[in-house]
Amino acid sequence: MLERAEIIRKEYLRHDKKFPHVWCPGCGNGIVMGALLRGIHVLNLSKDEVVLASGIGCSGRMPTYVDFNTIHTTHGRALTFSTGIKLAKPELTVITVMGDGDATAIGGNHFIHAARRNIDLTAIIINNSTYGMTGGQYSPTTPFGSQSTTSIYGHVEHAFSIAELAVTAGASFVARGTVYHATHLEEMIQKAIKAKGFSVVEVISNCHVQHGRRNKLGGAVEMITSFKKNAVTVGKAAKMSPEELEGKITIGVLTNVKKPLSTEQYQRVIAEARQNVEKNASEKEKNGIKRYEE
Amino acid sequence: MAIVEQQNRVLLQGNEAIVAGALAAGCRFFAGYPITPASEISELLSVKLPQLGGTFIQMEDEIASMGAVIGASLAGTKSLTATSGPGFSLIQENLGYACVAEVPCVIVNVMRGGPSTGLPTSPSQGDVQMARWGTHGDHPIIVLAVSSVSDCFSVTVKAFNLSEKYRSPVIILSDEVVAHTREAVTIPDTEQIRVIDRIAPGVPPEWYTPYAENNRGVPDMAAFGDGYRHHITGLIHDDRGYPTQNTQEIEKFYKRIHGKISKGFQEIQVTKTHLMEDAEIFVIAYGSVARSALKAVRDARAQGVKAGLLQLITLFPFPRKCVDTYLRQCRVVVVPEMNMGQMSREISRVNQADCRIVKHNRIDGRLITPQEILKHLTTV
Repeated sequence: MLERAEIIRKEYLRHDKKFPHVWCPGCGNGIVMGALLRGIHVLNLSKDEVVLASGIGCSGRMPTYVDFNTIHTTHGRALTFSTGIKLAKPELTVITVMGDGDATAIGGNHFIHAARRNIDLTAIIINNSTYGMTGGQYSPTTPFGSQSTTSIYGHVEHAFSIAELAVTAGASFVARGTVYHATHLEEMIQKAIKAKGFSVVEVISNCHVQHGRRNKLGGAVEMITSFKKNAVTVGKAAKMSPEELEGKITIGVLTNVKKPLSTEQYQRVIAEARQNVEKNASEKEKNGIKRYEE
Repeated sequence: MAIVEQQNRVLLQGNEAIVAGALAAGCRFFAGYPITPASEISELLSVKLPQLGGTFIQMEDEIASMGAVIGASLAGTKSLTATSGPGFSLIQENLGYACVAEVPCVIVNVMRGGPSTGLPTSPSQGDVQMARWGTHGDHPIIVLAVSSVSDCFSVTVKAFNLSEKYRSPVIILSDEVVAHTREAVTIPDTEQIRVIDRIAPGVPPEWYTPYAENNRGVPDMAAFGDGYRHHITGLIHDDRGYPTQNTQEIEKFYKRIHGKISKGFQEIQVTKTHLMEDAEIFVIAYGSVARSALKAVRDARAQGVKAGLLQLITLFPFPRKCVDTYLRQCRVVVVPEMNMGQMSREISRVNQADCRIVKHNRIDGRLITPQEILKHLTTV
């Protein structure tokens, strides 16, 4: 185990980057990054073939630290950049890491359309229920009634369930994990990368500095152990009533279906379009008409 | 797309000629969102790109289109998007990203009346200053204008070449009149078209510094997946591409991205002159208005007025040197525009020769006629 940690530290981190990183002590982002790197290592992917894209926020800094093709894009738009990269070079493994506000507020439209479109991308969404970097304002996943710097009287809106949203929008693989269940998370990320199509892993994480502190949820340790207490597996959750599931975190694979990949379908479009060109050209040649190209 | 097929002489619409120019320049990726009067560009590319092994995608909005265009370009593919005013507003966010991360790409804005939904679909030149300053922050940008169908072809090729050479987004301003006018144009043979590609790093990955200073001011560009494993960000970055707060590195960065465009002024700033040699009064025009202006100038000459036309192909960086020369030569300049005076303010800004500036602004959604311009030429 230690040996593997050493390999990952040496092989996958950018040591020439100005460490230390920007994340607060106890932040879940590092656990997600560790799980992602171990997942990539186990899958034996070449570093040259991996693209890690991110949006804006604390999670957005992750690509800076790791030795892949990396891109830190604009707020909420990471999936659109990833779409362009994947379409231009389908052989690349494109992974996009986002926060809850990033992926489901400003980037909500891109997120549901990426799920609908079914391009072979992997999205990891770190859900810490708040906008941490900007000072703890309420996000689309802030629980009803919670305190935040923009809801000191208690939050009056309801939260998104990101994984369920992804399932409904058509993502072909959706899983949920938490930063407490690090090994399980690594497994979920591996499965998501391996699955063909748009894959989503929602990771329940802690922002004890902004969200935990204002809602008396304790520090990093208390918040992370609460994930252990509240987590139920998908199988167990299926046997529970909605009342029993209140406040619980369903972890595991929520959906894993095979759907035609739009990128593969587009290869068919290319083949057909090329055939048509050849057919038209030979017909025109027969009729003695000079061909106009491009 | 071709109707008349004879020695590369084809009848094309402006939007179709932009497609032809883009493909000739090596564009193999397009992302866009439907909007009139730019939709023909999308439609035609959805047919043509797969024929060439390229990719067309219709995104969920123009913000996404611009993101996908940048992504594809970073993966090594020449990329294009096309839109009109409302969509042009949406692309501004990621356009700034392309400026700061120095990602080559071309954006076509087929102008219609604005602001907001404005005048669908009548011509306008209302987005000139927005093309220059639309995205926030100090940024360099290249803006070209097309006035005819043949321009649509050649200027689009030029736009791709400049974007690749200077690693900068290039905006092409078209308008509804140019976009939907059909004209016979001669498409040059492929061998005659000069195509410039970005320069790939000449060093192995371990020696590659993604934003290293060089004498061109334009860093060599590796593509994702080529083994260089570099970092791209919208944050102000150091030579290695990593975010920086170091004041010296920040200043160096800004100076370089502005300087690389300044170094290329001679090549970037394109203008055309008609009958300017002995002109005493001249017109500065761009886009479809330049066509009306040329007719007006010829008619004025027939009436004995020594008139000339300076047509701007490059709007930004503003071709100050060239404009200044003629402001010194002539006593009057007429500036007809389909806006409230967006380019005439640039001309006023550089006018040190006391040349009289006569503005002619038409904002009713109709093209300025030659007669309107001629009236100024014969009466002032």
